[in-house]
Amino acid sequence: MFAAHIPPLAGSLFSLLAIVSLLLAFVMLGSRWLNAYLGAFALQSWLIAVLSAAVAYYGGYPELYGIAALTALFRGLVLPYLLLRITRRLNVDRELHERLSPSASLVVGALLVVFAFVVANHLSTVLGLGGTVAVLALTAMLSMKLIGFLMLVVRREVVSQILALLVIENGIFLGSQILVPGMPLLIELVILFDLLVVVACFGVLVRYLIVHAGTTSSRELRRLVG
Amino acid sequence: MSPGSLVLVILLAPLTAVAGCQLVRSPRFAEYLNLAASVLVFAAVLWLLPVALGGPYILLRGYIIVDALGAWVLLSCSAVYLLASLYAIGYMRARNEPQRLRRFYALLAGFALTILLGPLMNNIGVYWIAIEFTTLISTFLVGFEKTREGVEAAWKYIVIVSAGISLALLGIVFYYWNASLHLGPSFNLTWATLRFVAPQLNPTMALTAFLLVFIGFGTKVGLAPMHTWLPDAHSEGPAPVSAMLSGALLNTAMVGIVRFIHVTDAVRLGGLPRTVVVVIGALSLAVAALFITRQTDIKRLMAYSSVEHMGVMTLGFGFGGPLGLAGALYHMLNHSLNKSLMFFGSGTAMHAFHSKRIGRIHHVLIAMPVAGALWLAGAVAITGAPPFALFVSELTILRAGLAGPNAWAVYVMLVLLVVIFVGFLNHFRAMYFGESAQAAAATIRWRPTPSERIWCLLPMWLALVPILVMGLWWPSAFTHYFNVIAAQLDRG
Repeated sequence: MFAAHIPPLAGSLFSLLAIVSLLLAFVMLGSRWLNAYLGAFALQSWLIAVLSAAVAYYGGYPELYGIAALTALFRGLVLPYLLLRITRRLNVDRELHERLSPSASLVVGALLVVFAFVVANHLSTVLGLGGTVAVLALTAMLSMKLIGFLMLVVRREVVSQILALLVIENGIFLGSQILVPGMPLLIELVILFDLLVVVACFGVLVRYLIVHAGTTSSRELRRLVG
Repeated sequence: MSPGSLVLVILLAPLTAVAGCQLVRSPRFAEYLNLAASVLVFAAVLWLLPVALGGPYILLRGYIIVDALGAWVLLSCSAVYLLASLYAIGYMRARNEPQRLRRFYALLAGFALTILLGPLMNNIGVYWIAIEFTTLISTFLVGFEKTREGVEAAWKYIVIVSAGISLALLGIVFYYWNASLHLGPSFNLTWATLRFVAPQLNPTMALTAFLLVFIGFGTKVGLAPMHTWLPDAHSEGPAPVSAMLSGALLNTAMVGIVRFIHVTDAVRLGGLPRTVVVVIGALSLAVAALFITRQTDIKRLMAYSSVEHMGVMTLGFGFGGPLGLAGALYHMLNHSLNKSLMFFGSGTAMHAFHSKRIGRIHHVLIAMPVAGALWLAGAVAITGAPPFALFVSELTILRAGLAGPNAWAVYVMLVLLVVIFVGFLNHFRAMYFGESAQAAAATIRWRPTPSERIWCLLPMWLALVPILVMGLWWPSAFTHYFNVIAAQLDRG
């Protein structure tokens, strides 16, 4: 396992990047403004690109440099740009009717991180990797997953929901860079491409929603029940 | 023909249809091209069935697997694709929107392509991506009507399924991580590799990963409590799309669950994973029973019936053993055919009565004598009444369950099946009989042209006859096939 035998400096760097990415998820959770979400997401993607490059350097996986470049390009530039285009088309720039206020969701998010840590710690210990950077990577991965789900539940605007899904994806990507850096290149490439297609599809659907449903808030989408 | 060239035909035919629908501007051409592609796919799959017995064949540097399980699932998927393509011609012509037909058939063929890809994928990561792509294409088919409800359904579908399936990706990363501790940092995570490394996996980790992939792909299969997208998506798409979603798409996602169950059998975990599968299956049946009895919309009724049958199949796979596996696989084919018939019937009824509300549909047999009779026979079949095939497969699953450690689920299943039988057929009683027959005759809005009639009726016959035949006669070739599937799954 790569994470068990890395120099302390690399370990600290990985930890720092994982923690800051997690903090950025909290920035999204604690804000009402769609632009703040978007900025935090773009920055998070850049940090993950830096993480990929760092893993490539310290772990000796040269192909990860390519992944780092593509992550920065697609997740850091293209996806935020596509999302920016979607938000410009809407005439909302903030969450109006969230189910849980940002401050309350911060508290819930903190509890979720604690839960994620307990699970991550247990899983790493049974694999004999307790106390390594794997615990932190797994915590960040699971926390971002749970925070993404929390955002899906409490936010109503379509852009917030797309971003919540992207935070989930970012979490998995971040964790897998540290835990399984040897994952075949093809899979990572296709997942990146897949993400692009997902956001493009969401873009088209948002246009449909505006034209045919006249709303971009899931609060209004409640015709189909039972 | 070699398995490689057959796979090529199966994948190239719908791809050609997609390209052809984009290039040629004639809607007639698009519908016949799509039909030709579906016929070709079905023929190739029939050919592939005996070939796959000698497998598993690994092609394209380990990315494609041709095994008996995959071929069997392809059979049910390609049969539905063929039936849906036939029905779509009549159904879509009656909607009178020729300018949108090309787009519809391009999407339909593309959707079929992604569905057919799933069971052939050997690399688990690529399988996940194939499942994700089915969502992306079918979203636009669900929202094809461009009504407010259709767009709402499409949105809920893509958000819920993407979120659910991301759990499966997490589970796959966990499997990869755990396996990398034994196999070295870089390897291709195929079904065979995972099966090979399974005895060395850490039980806690393997259980966590299994639960994640089961919940993740279970969302796509439509198991309760992750089924919430299913009734919306199935009720809002055009009828042929609903049939494809229910009869083909759900099976493609079910393959992954079956393969993961058999991988997890090799981990020393005892009966816990299978018990989880059985509990979720029983829960799906329970949720479906509650919603079926109180349903007011015919297509949502069929959708909840899909949740029910996915629950039945999950129970069969969860019970396991040769009998459970055989029953569940038989049920998969039967359900695909029968549910297509049911959605075709509801599509025709929607055209005839201009409504999906059960309360607005009266005296179906007067409005549509032949289609109505076929639909009624299908309704009797789908509730698991003899002499139809679903009775046989459900009975087989019940017998498999009694022999296993989760026998309690058999009694739950029996009670719920009875509830569903009564609830489901009660709606049909209301739609077929009722107050005055003259008033009903006045409400009929749709007089199909003879060609529309044939295109709509032919697939209904083609679906009903096999269900009846397979209910009376379980071919011994099928038994042999299911045994080979079991052997291939356990060998890995």
